[in-house]
Amino acid sequence: MATDTQPATHSDAAHDDAHEEHWSDLSYIKLAIALALVTALEIAMSYTIGFWGPLFIPVLLLLMVVKFMAVVLFFMHLKFDNRLFSIMFYMGLILAIVVYFIALLTFRFFDA
Amino acid sequence: MALIERPATRDGGLVPAVVTPSSSYGVFRRPVETKGWKSWLFTIDHKKLGIMYGVTAIFFFFLGGFEALLIRAQLATNEGTILSADKYNQMFTMHATTMVFLFVMPMAAAFANYFVPLQIGARDVAFPRINAFGFWCFLFGAIFINTSWFLGGAADGGWFMYAPNSSVPFSPTSGIDFWTLGLQITGIASLTGAINLIVTVINMRAPGMSLMKMPIFTWMILIVQFLLLFAIPVITVALFLLMFQRNFDATFFSVEAGADPLLWQHLFWIFGHPEVYILILPSFGIVSEVLPVFSKKPLFGYPLVVFSGAAIGFVGWGVWAHHMFASGLGPISVAVFSVATMAIAIPTGVKIVNWIMTMWGGKLVFTTAMLFAIGLIVQFTIGGLSGVTHAVAPSDTQQTDTYYIVAHFHYVLFGGAVLGIFSGLYYWWPKMFGKLLNETLGKWNFWLMIIGMNLTFGPMHIIGLQGQPRRMYQTTDARAGEGFFNLNFWNLVASIGSLILGIGAFLFVINVFYSHRKNGPAPLDPWDARSLEWMTASPPKEHNFDAIPTVHHLDEFFHRKYEDRGEGEHHEYHQVATAEDVLAEQEANADKHIHLPSPSYWPIVLAFGLPVMAYGVIYNIWLIVVGGAIVMAAMYGWGLEPATATPDDYDPPTPEGGAELEVAHG
Amino acid sequence: MADTAVHAATDHGHDDHGTHHTTTGLSNNKLAMWLFLGSECLLFGGLISTYMLYRGRHSENLGPDQLWDIPFTSASSFVLLMSSLTMVLAVTAAKRRDDRNTSLWLTVTAMLGALFVAGQIYEFTVFYREGLGFTTSLFSSSFYTLTGFHGVHVTVGVIMLLSVVGILMKRRTGEDKSELVEMVGLYWHFVDIVWILIFTLVYLIPA
Repeated sequence: MATDTQPATHSDAAHDDAHEEHWSDLSYIKLAIALALVTALEIAMSYTIGFWGPLFIPVLLLLMVVKFMAVVLFFMHLKFDNRLFSIMFYMGLILAIVVYFIALLTFRFFDA
Repeated sequence: MALIERPATRDGGLVPAVVTPSSSYGVFRRPVETKGWKSWLFTIDHKKLGIMYGVTAIFFFFLGGFEALLIRAQLATNEGTILSADKYNQMFTMHATTMVFLFVMPMAAAFANYFVPLQIGARDVAFPRINAFGFWCFLFGAIFINTSWFLGGAADGGWFMYAPNSSVPFSPTSGIDFWTLGLQITGIASLTGAINLIVTVINMRAPGMSLMKMPIFTWMILIVQFLLLFAIPVITVALFLLMFQRNFDATFFSVEAGADPLLWQHLFWIFGHPEVYILILPSFGIVSEVLPVFSKKPLFGYPLVVFSGAAIGFVGWGVWAHHMFASGLGPISVAVFSVATMAIAIPTGVKIVNWIMTMWGGKLVFTTAMLFAIGLIVQFTIGGLSGVTHAVAPSDTQQTDTYYIVAHFHYVLFGGAVLGIFSGLYYWWPKMFGKLLNETLGKWNFWLMIIGMNLTFGPMHIIGLQGQPRRMYQTTDARAGEGFFNLNFWNLVASIGSLILGIGAFLFVINVFYSHRKNGPAPLDPWDARSLEWMTASPPKEHNFDAIPTVHHLDEFFHRKYEDRGEGEHHEYHQVATAEDVLAEQEANADKHIHLPSPSYWPIVLAFGLPVMAYGVIYNIWLIVVGGAIVMAAMYGWGLEPATATPDDYDPPTPEGGAELEVAHG
Repeated sequence: MADTAVHAATDHGHDDHGTHHTTTGLSNNKLAMWLFLGSECLLFGGLISTYMLYRGRHSENLGPDQLWDIPFTSASSFVLLMSSLTMVLAVTAAKRRDDRNTSLWLTVTAMLGALFVAGQIYEFTVFYREGLGFTTSLFSSSFYTLTGFHGVHVTVGVIMLLSVVGILMKRRTGEDKSELVEMVGLYWHFVDIVWILIFTLVYLIPA
């Protein structure tokens, strides 16, 4: 919440934001290819459950998080954008995870 | 608020221009009226919308109050016959629904709409058209819910609508469908309002107003909007599931189909507990404004009040299951939620201490607004203490679903939220309407409400601990008990109290009409107030501030009127200017160009499509298509319409177009 | 809910004075969009949780194991993932004020989105033919609700994308519409990340 930039100076800040860290189209394409490969790996995993044993679900979840964050940070530009946007989004995201996780806990969802 | 008036005249007045059809509508004109019903229907002025929110909310306050009086009349004697069991169920369900969703929440929205832009020195909210859309969603949703009374009966499952009572076999009328769909529509109002106000507070503050120089009311509203932002989608999910269950034969909450009825309880209370802070925090904000003004002291521990408000909002997300202690959650869950619930008493206590310390050593002025604020501190504390007894799970198990619970939440909601709202009404009335409310009537208003509420809700502690369940439509003599704890006696006392309460509350309406007939214009600064909203005309001009103020202090207005001539730690304030002086200076340095957005048809049209769709869900699927078509058309109309009127909306056309307002002076 | 997104997005197009005067220097529209997306997390969180709770509650022969067609769903997931790429390309083109390429990539994105929705409709029909109606079991109700909500979001996104293409064609070239495109982009990516969650949690992890 430390975003009390004064109007006198903020316009410049906004412009800086807009111009910093512009990814080229090529790097976005590279990222998309990487995401496609991760997805391919996930699908391959789902056909080889036995091989992964107890690691299956954790690895799958990890890959999901990686994909999720890649899109959020780069495609949605959150990594380069103002911190305030991150605060707004992560507040909702974390709240959702925590609250629904606890709710599912009370149903003993994770016991099995 | 179409500021099409131009050119400016020599005395600073504004001359309305003739309007021609705008190209953006083809044959229609863009609404640009500044007077008459059209200026209200299509307005996007946050002040007009605030008043509309307020008037509607107070109407529903009296409707909900009437429902409460019927409930109390039914319970005044044993074997009451005024309401049938069925009507009684509808009455308590709709009483709660009306008071929570159609009175307290929109009333907070009324104050927020009207005063947040003023308090932060802005000319409007960030998205004025979405603001108007929110109001119409609320109004149409509210009307939609209440039409159920005439269409087979209202919702009857209690305001938290637990399964299985909410399912079709137990509630075969369409009442709950109206409730579900109507709350979705008012939910859209809350969600859009939340986004709008958060952006407004973050992005539209006057120069120099850092977050910690923001008036405390604005702070509390900001926290409330975050709670709404994240709580509304949860109830949206719950309501959708319920709608699918009732209207499309899903079985999300049917035990016989293998479902977990607790899912509803979780979703409802994940929303519902933040919701109670959504109800109370605006009132906390109001009294935090009122107490310093009438104590002639700054708010004690402003940062603590801010952070305790934020802490209440945050911890409020981790306590929802304390509504479900009796549902068999298991000992660990109960213990965790019990502790979290007790923890919430800490920031709340901090606030109460801060309010008392604000008054401590102050030159107290007991105006009606101040009395209501003090009333809140006292009554809310009582409710807070009974709340702590619910946090203790073993005692809560005894109290669940008894009148003791009813006593508790009426002390916190009536003694807290409602008294705070009345405090705000008396405090800000001269700002909104340029007339003071009568103080003598105001004091009757206050004392009758206080006596009435304690007579009504006080005995409910006894009734509840003696074991009378809530929502029971008749009491019997055989179970009433003897002597001091006789339930019939205390039920009668509560009913008499509710009548006094009703009369007391109605005095407010009488006061409004009386004061507007008898009183002359109010002084510009009747309370010697401290915050920015008082640095405007009463009522404020359409563009709020002639010149956007630059803020240097918390309580900026106070510091413009008073100068500190003390040394070091010792402050000694001397008045150096009156409100008139401050205003005159502002007018003299008025901004040359003032940009205001223009009114629009689309918010009301778009909002109108929603209840049409909702009726469609209940009655005929084709209505959904019709409503959907209205919604789509309105969205495109909205999307293609410029935020400000184009040059050809004016006659003669302006060179640049838009609501460019030239204020002349001198 | 979807209503809000459209407003937030479309409101921007006309507010040429939006970003200059804000306290933080950030765009009102973008802030509103991020707040809306934060709020949407709790919406989809609730729907996903409902599905997780009920995914095992079905009759013996009509559960995920019998129904899921992983190759098909993988293909449609891939389509949606690639639409995120084309969306990004539209945004960068818009920032260069390259209207032609912006429109091109927006149209491609919309088509990929429409393809995804078509795939979902196909999938639903197949499941329905195999006997899985909306009310067949708790599993089916919660599955259709979750994926249906997502599908509606994608559909709204497609409509928004095509509307932006329309606006771009109608307006003078060179006018800065990058924020409008960016806003729709944010919404679009959000729909994509929700599918990333659904794909793993619903389809890949066995019940």
